[in-house]
Amino acid sequence: MEYEIVIGLETHVQLKTRSKMWCGCVNQFGGEPNTHVCPVCLGFPGVLPVANEEALRLTVLTGMLLNCGLPKRAKFDRKNYFYPDASKNYQITQYDLPSTLKGCVEFESENKTCRVGITRAHLEEDVGKSSHFDRVSGVDFNRAGVPLLEIVSEPEITSVQMASDYLNELKTILIYGGISDCDMEKGMVRCDLNLSTRPVGQKELGKKVEIKNMNSFSGARKALTYEMNRQIKVLRNGGALIQETRRWDDAEGMTHSMRSKEMAHDYRYLPEPDLMPFEPETAWYDSIRESVVELPLARKRRYMKDYGLPPKDTETLVSNPSLAGYFEKAAEHSKKPKAVANLILNNLRACMSESNHSVDDLKIQPTHIHELVQLVDSGKINSRIAQEVFNAVYESGKSPQGIVEEKGLAQVSDSSTIDAFCDEVIKANPKSVEDFQAGKQNALNFLKGQVMRLSKGKANPALVGQVLEKRILNP
Amino acid sequence: MDKSIHAFLSINKQGVLDQAEKADREIAEKGLSADRPLLGIPIAIKDVLAEKGAPLTCGSRLLRDFVSPYDATVVTQLKNAGALTFGRLNMDEFAMGSSTENSSVGPTCNPWDYSRIPGGSSGGSAASVVADECIASLGSDTGGSIRQPASLCGCVGLKPTYGRVSRYGLVAFASSLDQVGCNTKTVSDAATMLGVISGYDKRDSTSVPRSVPEYSAALQSSIKGMKIGLPKEYFVEGMQPEVASSIRQAVEKLEELGAEIVEVSLPHTEYAVACYYIIATAEASTNLARFDGIRYGYRVDGKNPFELYCATRGSGFGEEVKRRIILGTYVLSSGYYDAYYLKAQKVRSLIAGDFTKVFETVDALVTPTSPTTAWKLGEKMDDPLQMYLSDVCTLSSNLAGNCGISIPCGFTDNPTLPIGLQLLGPPFSEETLLKIAGDFEQATDWHCRKPVINNAGA
Amino acid sequence: MQEINVQYVAELARIRLTEEEETRFGGQLSQILEYVDKLNQLDVEGIDPMTHAVPLVNVTRKDEVQPSLSNELALKNAPASLNGLFKVPKIVE
Repeated sequence: MEYEIVIGLETHVQLKTRSKMWCGCVNQFGGEPNTHVCPVCLGFPGVLPVANEEALRLTVLTGMLLNCGLPKRAKFDRKNYFYPDASKNYQITQYDLPSTLKGCVEFESENKTCRVGITRAHLEEDVGKSSHFDRVSGVDFNRAGVPLLEIVSEPEITSVQMASDYLNELKTILIYGGISDCDMEKGMVRCDLNLSTRPVGQKELGKKVEIKNMNSFSGARKALTYEMNRQIKVLRNGGALIQETRRWDDAEGMTHSMRSKEMAHDYRYLPEPDLMPFEPETAWYDSIRESVVELPLARKRRYMKDYGLPPKDTETLVSNPSLAGYFEKAAEHSKKPKAVANLILNNLRACMSESNHSVDDLKIQPTHIHELVQLVDSGKINSRIAQEVFNAVYESGKSPQGIVEEKGLAQVSDSSTIDAFCDEVIKANPKSVEDFQAGKQNALNFLKGQVMRLSKGKANPALVGQVLEKRILNP
Repeated sequence: MDKSIHAFLSINKQGVLDQAEKADREIAEKGLSADRPLLGIPIAIKDVLAEKGAPLTCGSRLLRDFVSPYDATVVTQLKNAGALTFGRLNMDEFAMGSSTENSSVGPTCNPWDYSRIPGGSSGGSAASVVADECIASLGSDTGGSIRQPASLCGCVGLKPTYGRVSRYGLVAFASSLDQVGCNTKTVSDAATMLGVISGYDKRDSTSVPRSVPEYSAALQSSIKGMKIGLPKEYFVEGMQPEVASSIRQAVEKLEELGAEIVEVSLPHTEYAVACYYIIATAEASTNLARFDGIRYGYRVDGKNPFELYCATRGSGFGEEVKRRIILGTYVLSSGYYDAYYLKAQKVRSLIAGDFTKVFETVDALVTPTSPTTAWKLGEKMDDPLQMYLSDVCTLSSNLAGNCGISIPCGFTDNPTLPIGLQLLGPPFSEETLLKIAGDFEQATDWHCRKPVINNAGA
Repeated sequence: MQEINVQYVAELARIRLTEEEETRFGGQLSQILEYVDKLNQLDVEGIDPMTHAVPLVNVTRKDEVQPSLSNELALKNAPASLNGLFKVPKIVE
């Protein structure tokens, strides 16, 4: 029998606000333990939460980017459970009236355009972080109360690759919208995976297995692959699956059933009495709509169409919004957008990673890239010199034209100069000349190389080839 | 002196001397000013309101060593007004109770009879004012916790409209019902106190952005022509006859003073106690979840967090608190939410609706504050339901979010115990209540009677 | 008579009760639940639940950073701490 899997994902994303959700403590990764805390986020007696308006704005903006419906009314609830990292022993979250309603994400996966439904995106608060020692644990509440958006997908994902592509698309959308920095290493994105398996053709979903708290997409991918194989194997062997929560052990590369003695969850949700409900006005929604940006998929399609870039290049650019913005500025007036993209994807990215620069740090401006491409295109410099000019502009921020003039790098196309170089080389390399005459094409390349060296790279390579050929074959 | 009635949990002797010295200097240098209406006046604070550097025990073993790192908004307001905040007042643990017997360090006694309870939960707040241990005190009122002790001890107790006074720094019992208020010797003092503690607070999302009137000015005008309702449902079965007759006389007095008295009906009153105990305990069960022995407070260790929680909370909380948390947990638990909690919230709408309707026809309501005078220590401790029923006259106004005030209106003869008159008004009608209460006070001398305080200890 | 599984609910609330408390609470709570049953006499069909005592909406604060507590002050009331953390018994997932 053939089996198919169905995956649903719950993605938790920390919002990019200055302060925490309910208090003025800084929303910032790291810091000495328990130094970004105050009576409110420590759950001290007597404190009250007040909702951060920017977190609500970012939630609604996310809803707009994910094509979600927007409600007339939203509210917060308390989800009650005891855990040492929960400073109030309840989490404030949106239970039955979230700030966004149903939506969907469109993305490309395995050469197809896919669409996955979004059940909801709701706002809640992050919890503290536990460290485990030999016999005890310790809790740091710096992260407690950071605004957290939970984005719940419909169980409509049908392969591990699709899950992975969904997550990457979601991440890119959130970075595009300025919703979150989505820095995985800083724990800004975590996800819970739901996976079930059923025989192909069966309508009902199989037993849902939940794998909680994955903090990397590669981990999620591995866990999903493992879990898919495990479930199919159980079913193939005539076994039955149970609805359960499993834990992914990255070191072992397996999931384990969490058969903890903990009692069944009974979260005893109730409307948060300390926070008033929200009844957003149309004007507020409209003002947020102004921040809606072009989605990565739309941008990708536009780059392919308007700039004629190959899919691989567009993907690389689009997945890095600041680089994509840089590219657009550089390509704006260029006749050779492909050449612009190449310079950015190859030279610029290499230099940036070597010097650990971000787009904001760059001295080299998008107009410089455009100018450099023009210099090559017009034959002012050759493409090898272009590399040197690029590096100099990268370092100094001076204009390419200026660098070319300053260093005398303009291409030599003057025939008498090139003739002289060629004659010198022909004279010095009789063996190669003979070889070429005997029909060895490689020999000409060698001779060309010698001329270029003699000209310090400035000779027009096309012209050099022509002159050499003419002089050797028709002396 | 406090040995007899045990109103205080702690006193900051050095702190108050320093504050008093500063106040003296300020008065000498600048004289009195309207910005500092409480300059140099000793005000005591119920141990449920955070005061930076002071203990904040809520009468609980669980918080016996807790020292607050911050000030409640009302405490900041008191300090800004020049008050000397010098002591922390006894209360029922986490404000749960009607007798102050649920304090982990023992009850406060009624200044009129040490063998009797002072009411609760702000028993210390009322008793300290009546025993002249302070000029005024702050308390909190979730179901009558300021008004009922005021009635039983014989002073003024004001519960402002929900949202009038900031709750930031008030340790929550039931967030949607709690309100900070005051106990004072006179209505005029209550007006002054209210003026200081009222106002919008950006730290409290339930605080109402509304300007603060000159409350003391309200006392100048007369109640002539006002319409006051007498809700028939508040004259309950089992009401002590002396209470009923005192209220009747008080009503006649109000009529004499020019008010028109009309009988009105609040038909859902009989459901208020049931509704209140579901909502209050449900909210309490989650509000008190934070007291777990992890970040602060008393801890009984365990081999894992679960064991630690159960042991800490099992022995750190007193009996009434445990009973209410369990009731509240139950009414919120899966399968019972709709039948209890949701239902109670709907009934709450009906109760609030009764008030809205009746306040379309009258300016205020007059009722007893408590159906009885102070009872004996221990008398109701084994019967929680009877204790709950004693709040029948006060808790509806918390459900509705209205304001209310209790003022002395008589005494029983043997033993001599005070009786309180309650005035209720629609949201933000504190001026009306103060006006009626002030006129009544002017026309009577109940507030002048003082108990004899002996210093021998109870 | 309304029965309440006191042991289960107490565990949900993380409160250890003595056997004596369990029995006593059981009786008292049944009595209270029986009393509150009177709410069932009321028809609340179509009535909106009342969560708040004031009708405010859209209450928020500006996204502004305020000073935090020092680590020392944060931990001052802690029953046990370790390297600036709140110390707890080992959490086993």
